[in-house]
Amino acid sequence: MTRPGSGWYVGTLARAHALTPTARSLVFTVEGWPGNEAGQHVDVRLTAPDGYQAVRSYSIASVGASGEVELAVDLLPDGEVSPFLVEELEIGDTVEMRGPLGGWFVWKPEETRPVQLIGGGSGVVPLIAMSRAHTSSASAAPMRLLYSLRSPADAFFADELSAATATVETTRHYTRTTPPDWARRPGRLTADDLAEATLPPADGPLIYICGPNGFVEVVARAMIALGHAADHVRTERFGGI
Amino acid sequence: MAVFGGRRREENAAVPPGQHLTDGFPVLSAGPTPEIETADWDFLIRTESGTTHRWDWDELQALPAEDITVDIHCVTSWSKLGTSWRGVSLDTLFADVETSREFVMAHSYGGYTTNLPLEEILDGKAWIAYEYDGDALDPEHGGPARLLVPHLYLWKSAKWVRGLVLQDDDEPGFWEQNGYNMHGDPWREERYA
Repeated sequence: MTRPGSGWYVGTLARAHALTPTARSLVFTVEGWPGNEAGQHVDVRLTAPDGYQAVRSYSIASVGASGEVELAVDLLPDGEVSPFLVEELEIGDTVEMRGPLGGWFVWKPEETRPVQLIGGGSGVVPLIAMSRAHTSSASAAPMRLLYSLRSPADAFFADELSAATATVETTRHYTRTTPPDWARRPGRLTADDLAEATLPPADGPLIYICGPNGFVEVVARAMIALGHAADHVRTERFGGI
Repeated sequence: MAVFGGRRREENAAVPPGQHLTDGFPVLSAGPTPEIETADWDFLIRTESGTTHRWDWDELQALPAEDITVDIHCVTSWSKLGTSWRGVSLDTLFADVETSREFVMAHSYGGYTTNLPLEEILDGKAWIAYEYDGDALDPEHGGPARLLVPHLYLWKSAKWVRGLVLQDDDEPGFWEQNGYNMHGDPWREERYA
């Protein structure tokens, strides 16, 4: 299996833990997995006993050449696949995986330009992979993350992002509930918030924005209004209008 | 062992393999949504002789329009049945175009590109669409006008389309250079390179 997307691998759930009340980290051991770049995704296929199948795409939180693939899946209440992955899949169970997929919303360690990551909710997952790639490659390129989330309880990988060994400066922005004594009131990200918490246009950063479509639209428009070049802005979206 | 299948979606013969139905209309775009005023908009077809056929917004609107009801299929695995569009058939736009080339590159405002065989966008198979569900096409879905090639995965239906350039060979467009299939037939699951 030499080409990504040409076939299905078998992933066996090796470890899992709750990230938030509705999200779960799932680490699969994937026989033959060729490794993946930061920001790529994978198709996951589930098969019922009668042969019925369902496929969904998930961003990969892990990065590199290891034979493990970590997903961070948020439960969609009316979903078909995410409730199964979050609430039912057991250690030792298998799923099928196709990938790694996508060659655009990707950050490579040889990239030397400054990088601004902006994630909304579970849209932080591919950005986590970029943050991990930045740390593991000892990249000298400045990388910052602005993470917009509803409340402290909704944070994915909170300890990792705030660890002393983190090489990415993370700013959190809360839209509904803040921690006690937080300087800023909860609310949607504004242009002022973005100007304050992101790399300035003068630095010419590559900008990766991932989250619900409405979030990505507003943030991308605001970043361009701040003076960033449209062709420096890469987006990955979920949901619609 | 957990057993999958408890919450399955309705199966439907109109849905290609590996796809599932969605009620919403998800947005997938590789970059920011370009802001294009119809006053500044134009659309062109350029051939190997260097001839450029050009329409501005009013000229496009003056061409015979068709109401189109089609199923659409996104490579990210959602499908949507019976979507309603209005636009101009590419047969109309190609009526006076002379070319011996067999492929086109679609170019969009914002820089997106996608490649298509010419024969797959003629004979009633493709449109420049400017209305969705009775309303002006939303910018996030490609407004003011997008290519609509519903028999291929939706990345071929270039949003914010600004022109088609005839090409000798089937050169790859944006996603085709980033791991996706050159052709993109959902019934053959031509998803990836």
